Amino acid sequence: MNEMTRVRKEDERLARERRKIVRDGPKLTGAELDARLERTWRRPPGILGWLATVDHKEIGRRYIVTALLFLAAGGVLALLMRIQLARPDSNLISAQRYNELFTMHGSTMMFLFAVPVMEGVAVYIIPLMLGTRSTAFPRLNAFSYYMYLFGGLLLWAAFMLNIGPDVGWFAYTPLSGPQFSPGKRADIWAQMITFTEVSALAAAVVLICTILKARAPGMTLARMPLFAWAMLVQAVMIIFAMPAIALCSGMLISDRLIGTNFYNASEHGDALLWQHLFWFFGHPEVYIIFLPATGFVSVITETFCRRPIFAYPVVVLALVSTGILAFGLWVHHMFATGLPRVGYGFYTAASMTVAIPTGLQIFCWLATMWEGRPRFDVPMLYVVGFIVTFVIGGLTGVIIASVPLDLQLHDTYFIVAHFHYVLIGGAVFPLLGILTYWYPKITGRMMSETLGKIGFWLIFLGFQLTFFPMHFSGLLGMPRRVYTYPAGLGLELPNLLSSIGAFIVAAAVALFVVNGLMSLYRGALAPPNPWGAASLEWATASPPPPYNFPHVPIVESRSPLWDHDGELPVVTGLRVDEKETLLTTVVAATPDMREPVPYPSLWPLIASVATAIFFISSIFSPWAVPVGVIPCAIALIAWFWPKELKRNPEPVIT
Amino acid sequence: MRIRAGAPILAVSVLLGGCTYQHYQSTFSDAAVEVRQFNILFVIFLVICTIMYVLVLAFLVAGIVRRRRAGIANVIEDGRHHQSDPLMRTGLVVWGALVGTGLIGLAIASFSADRSMASAASRPRLSITLTANQWWWDITYNSADSSKTIRTANELHLPVGVPVRILLNSNDVIHSFWVPSLAGKQDLIPGRQNDITLVPQKVGVYRGQCAEYCGAQHAKMALVVDVDSYGDFLGWWEHQLQPAPTPAAPLAKMGYTYVTAGPCSACHAVSGTPASAIVGPDLTHFASRRSIAAGVMPMSEGNLYGWVADPQSLKPGNHMPTIGLEPDQLHAVVAYLETLK
Repeated sequence: MNEMTRVRKEDERLARERRKIVRDGPKLTGAELDARLERTWRRPPGILGWLATVDHKEIGRRYIVTALLFLAAGGVLALLMRIQLARPDSNLISAQRYNELFTMHGSTMMFLFAVPVMEGVAVYIIPLMLGTRSTAFPRLNAFSYYMYLFGGLLLWAAFMLNIGPDVGWFAYTPLSGPQFSPGKRADIWAQMITFTEVSALAAAVVLICTILKARAPGMTLARMPLFAWAMLVQAVMIIFAMPAIALCSGMLISDRLIGTNFYNASEHGDALLWQHLFWFFGHPEVYIIFLPATGFVSVITETFCRRPIFAYPVVVLALVSTGILAFGLWVHHMFATGLPRVGYGFYTAASMTVAIPTGLQIFCWLATMWEGRPRFDVPMLYVVGFIVTFVIGGLTGVIIASVPLDLQLHDTYFIVAHFHYVLIGGAVFPLLGILTYWYPKITGRMMSETLGKIGFWLIFLGFQLTFFPMHFSGLLGMPRRVYTYPAGLGLELPNLLSSIGAFIVAAAVALFVVNGLMSLYRGALAPPNPWGAASLEWATASPPPPYNFPHVPIVESRSPLWDHDGELPVVTGLRVDEKETLLTTVVAATPDMREPVPYPSLWPLIASVATAIFFISSIFSPWAVPVGVIPCAIALIAWFWPKELKRNPEPVIT
Repeated sequence: MRIRAGAPILAVSVLLGGCTYQHYQSTFSDAAVEVRQFNILFVIFLVICTIMYVLVLAFLVAGIVRRRRAGIANVIEDGRHHQSDPLMRTGLVVWGALVGTGLIGLAIASFSADRSMASAASRPRLSITLTANQWWWDITYNSADSSKTIRTANELHLPVGVPVRILLNSNDVIHSFWVPSLAGKQDLIPGRQNDITLVPQKVGVYRGQCAEYCGAQHAKMALVVDVDSYGDFLGWWEHQLQPAPTPAAPLAKMGYTYVTAGPCSACHAVSGTPASAIVGPDLTHFASRRSIAAGVMPMSEGNLYGWVADPQSLKPGNHMPTIGLEPDQLHAVVAYLETLK
């Protein structure tokens, strides 16, 4: 009897609760809905609210701005190196300082610029593009940003204090080991890696879960924008690649800190072990940077040619197969180490095979241009610059996949030319294009077209002047990572040209920044869909409100905004008085469940500060490990402390 | 059967590089079989890659130009009903086949070149042990007769036309042996032994340089390779077997005492004297070499003074300390070193 009363009372309570719940729907829409969603989704004001935010747009913006600052810092180092190399036998910069410069330049560009900026753009845009209100695990997203920030600050603070690393961005053992790099320089490098690993893994989890579970209803995998496909493949690659570097940098730290001998040949360790583990991560790393950029190219090409990308399935398969092949060719970085020569044949073949998916993707972009009628605004110019430049880098990549050719070209300026063609031509050009393209989305204003065009031509021509001559420096016998070179080897002219070009590139990047800052205040107000794009990020206001979309849109094709002239169909029934988002099924994207979205919290920040203290102090003492995990554990326990579980009424989605 | 495949690249390099100079440290060389094969293979790759690049650019330009043609409306295609051009679908298949075929061809060319390079160098007639150190090269010429073994540093002498097997070791970190005019790279790795076989085809002097970043003075770890006729080479070897003569001049004699019994002998060896340490380069025929401090500067009296007086300012961070010689000691040491022909 008692039992029945309790059940009835509970049912009545739920019925009352249900009446109190507010949902969006035909009865609640327009300005009224916007105001109520704004109240629910807005973060608290003030500095604490700023630090506690879990809004993917704020985190994405911080990621992008921080990464661009690191780009500028890394670029200044490049200029210093080019000043030193402009003339033979130059004595402007000492050997030690130069070695720090190229180590910092490489580490900053790879770990603190290229990967994070791609994560940042994705974290900002992916939820908008997929038509959802938030990323999955928004607090983990905030944690990932803070870890990245602290890792970057650690590296640069050390450099400023003259304990910056000098072992190269690849830190080969035994040079980076305790015997040949006393002091703390190599430890700083290895621990910065730990920070970026944690950060990248967290961001990868956020992106994978968002892409697989938070897509708008109807956005099946086969209708997903190609940028989302690129980020999905990239994030999965991060999850497979990062453990290798976690392992090898962890073993390096333990060699240096507690005297293990993993890499010490005289104690039965192996110096080459490092190279295998490092490149098992390091080669996929290049594609981790490049694949998001191919996503950018697909986005821009589709919009400016006003055609869906030609052969969508081919592009998707190309992305996936590039992601898989990337893990089978690390040994091409080790052709000179004396491994069995016939075995190298496999890695030559695997390295060349990557040219097939990439070549097909390029064909698909060009075919889209052929079928459509491209407009050449600044983002599209960057796509053309990308194709003209990147293909050279891809083809020199085929050249150095050949063992006999690589044995000459390996570790020369030919390689420096090759990977700058691939990374600047293949990733930075599309990035500059996409930043111009999404600038109105992020800020609500357009960037100056005139400054943008001047900037494009400056960077395009300056880039060729900087890096094309490096092919010749390499063939003429100039190794990488040398702080100077003797006169009389024919290296004077190519190096001088490279140095002049570097300053032109720097001017172009500065112009881009000036354009970005000026347009923040003076740029023309952006119309709702300034480029006439097809994807969902343009279906909401610019900049988007904290809740992204008043109603979650429904998708019926690959190009929703082109296929619906008026309003998009929407799904209603999500709570308005609580942060809530709609999850859909992985493949078919049918509505699956309503998911409560976490509120802003300081715990991600506190947890990352605790982790940073733990990581940094473990550079100096092994005791930091047992002691340092305690504050981390406290912060994480507080972060994950079970919330009061209210028995909420069953959802009704209409 | 002399194939001059290096010539086209040479022409390109001179044209674009705009400079003519001796191919002292360059891959544009015909001084060894392996480098000639490198040049042939490089040209094959370059030609095929250029064709592919031109095709991509042509397609790009065609796409851009076509846009100006009338009849293509600048309207948005409906994504659901968009039909791709059948011409493009055929094109995609053809392009994929073209890329695939090109790559298979290049892979076969690469693999056969690799095999032929390996077989060309199969029967070495001379064995040398090269040990890399931060930042110099320790060289031992091996001989079945141990009294014929010689040790020298930073200057390799090779007989022309004779396959030479060089055993590669490292005493500290990873270095890479690279003489671009004679062969590709091979790393010197502590705890492992690698080897490389060279077949120099042209008498001349070549320069090599460490190609794996190895610390502070990686940039100044060069190696001079002197390819001689077989007769000259044997003469050089005979000469290297001679112990250093005891000097007669008083100044050089004072230097002899200082070098062979003083601080220099803690690291260096001079054969025929008490100095026999193997930490640093062997000095027995030091003055007969072309350069000082692993290619940092040419051998001359002035440079010798500079180097002995203050090695740390000429090659900062290197492992030879500045020991603060008095002027008369410096004169004596240099005078003695100059007798070590």
